[in-house]
Amino acid sequence: MKRFLKIYLDKPELAGLALLIVLLAVFQVKSNGVLLSFENVRGVMGLLPEMALVAIGVTILMICGEFDLSVGSVFALMPMSMAVILNSGVPFTAAVLLGLAICAVIGFVNGYVTLQFSIPSFITTLGMLFIARSLTIVISGGFPPLLPSDLPTWLFTDYIWQGALFRMSFVWFVGIAVLAAALLSLTNFGNWIRATGGFNEAAASMGIPVKRVKIICFMLCSVLAGFAGLLQVLRLGSPLPSIGEGLELQAVAAAVIGGTALAGGIGTVFGAIIGTLLIRTIDNGLVLSRVDANWFKFAIGVLTMFAVIANAWMGKMSRKIKVEAHK
Amino acid sequence: MTTPVIECRNLQKWYSGVHALKNVNLTIHPGETVGLVGDNGAGKSTLIKILSGVHHQDSGEVLIEGRKVDLRSPKDAMRHGLETIYQYNSMVPTMSIARNLFIGREPLKWSVFGFGLMDQKRMRAESVQAIADVDLHLRSPDALVGELSGGQRQGVAIARAMHFKSKVLILDEPTNHLSVKETDKVIGFVRGLKAQGLTGIFISHNMQHVFQSCDRIVAMARGEIVFDKPTAATSIDEVHALL
Repeated sequence: MKRFLKIYLDKPELAGLALLIVLLAVFQVKSNGVLLSFENVRGVMGLLPEMALVAIGVTILMICGEFDLSVGSVFALMPMSMAVILNSGVPFTAAVLLGLAICAVIGFVNGYVTLQFSIPSFITTLGMLFIARSLTIVISGGFPPLLPSDLPTWLFTDYIWQGALFRMSFVWFVGIAVLAAALLSLTNFGNWIRATGGFNEAAASMGIPVKRVKIICFMLCSVLAGFAGLLQVLRLGSPLPSIGEGLELQAVAAAVIGGTALAGGIGTVFGAIIGTLLIRTIDNGLVLSRVDANWFKFAIGVLTMFAVIANAWMGKMSRKIKVEAHK
Repeated sequence: MTTPVIECRNLQKWYSGVHALKNVNLTIHPGETVGLVGDNGAGKSTLIKILSGVHHQDSGEVLIEGRKVDLRSPKDAMRHGLETIYQYNSMVPTMSIARNLFIGREPLKWSVFGFGLMDQKRMRAESVQAIADVDLHLRSPDALVGELSGGQRQGVAIARAMHFKSKVLILDEPTNHLSVKETDKVIGFVRGLKAQGLTGIFISHNMQHVFQSCDRIVAMARGEIVFDKPTAATSIDEVHALL
């Protein structure tokens, strides 16, 4: 029993999961059973992959000890640049790859500037938030370019089959989430990410190329944000320059609610997903319960603070419980 | 006479105009435990940073077991069998003991370009063994290093160095910030190095600690080695008078 309790206290994402179940039950009742109805779940599941992919990227970056505020802007810039490239006659696959390459360059610049000039990534990526948003609007020329009508949406955003619960974007999301979770917990590179964020000096003294590890995480984070933006634009059918505004903070909130530590070293992909699900459930649940939608941000704010306080408390309780050796 | 395990020849180092190391020559034989003492800014840390690959000397050379080596990174130093344990501790508190033991040297089941799947079963089993080898009794290899006491952490760091068959263990003020009891534990580890056939370099401000655990005392001042005698042939007062 004691050991079970300790394991539970060590995993803040499980507390998030418990809260999610409670909220689902409350909103299910308050919405007269609409929340978990097929049509509603279908709608929420169409939105989930877009935000969850951003949250996964942000979580990995936060684990390695850095921060990215530019994801919301990159979310808009990637599909916009892809649309502009498409309109100049480049085929779809090449345009997507070019768009993702632009994201990778942005991630690289974020990381390089942060590490080379030893400035907090909070500042670097705040700058990039404005730069990437501005570029998005400039290249759009003020008018969102039209997307060709023959894009392979069957691969990204169509329902898996006629009347299915999930869109293809959900398959991409699950695949990427599994890969990201495996990267963090099963590979040596995941070990380096955790070591770099957990204690930079120690990782460096053990010969880990900490700067390279961080730059790769910055790039991964930007590419995931860009890919998420692509999914949203393919779903909506038009690259609006304003998409993703405020998403950077929701992604950080999702990561933190899911147990990721701002100081680095701690966090999981599963936690990021739970955090995203919680935010999406509150958003959707408040609307269905006919609560004024302006309370949404209030609820996210309270939840974020509560999550951090609860995590700190759980960590303290966990340390108090000494489990005897089982070997 | 056996080949020295470490030989420094005419090492020089400048930091933006400050002459931090002036022609340092130091020979250390296998199995010796050398205490390196000196005031702040005497050059101890600079010498250690060169040996652990963090900095590179401006001139002079380092020989390991008679062969000239070029230590450009901590990884280079580890490859040549020189492992350093720092005062701030080279463990990541948010990671398990097993993961800490293998940071940067994870055993892989398969890999592409050096990236791959870790063999976690082997990591757990080997860390249990490595910890037992230094007479440290810990609950589980999955316990977080952050839950260990300062002395236990240094013990795990020493277990790590031994597990990777290091020839020389450099301990850079490992007893700072530790309680008396924990300090005794670390000194015990240092004394145990000889039995394991390891060479040790123990850097400390505390003469008592060095005299308790080392068989040779080397003192530095103003970037030079000013004193070098077997512990048995000197006293704390003599070294103190010099510094």
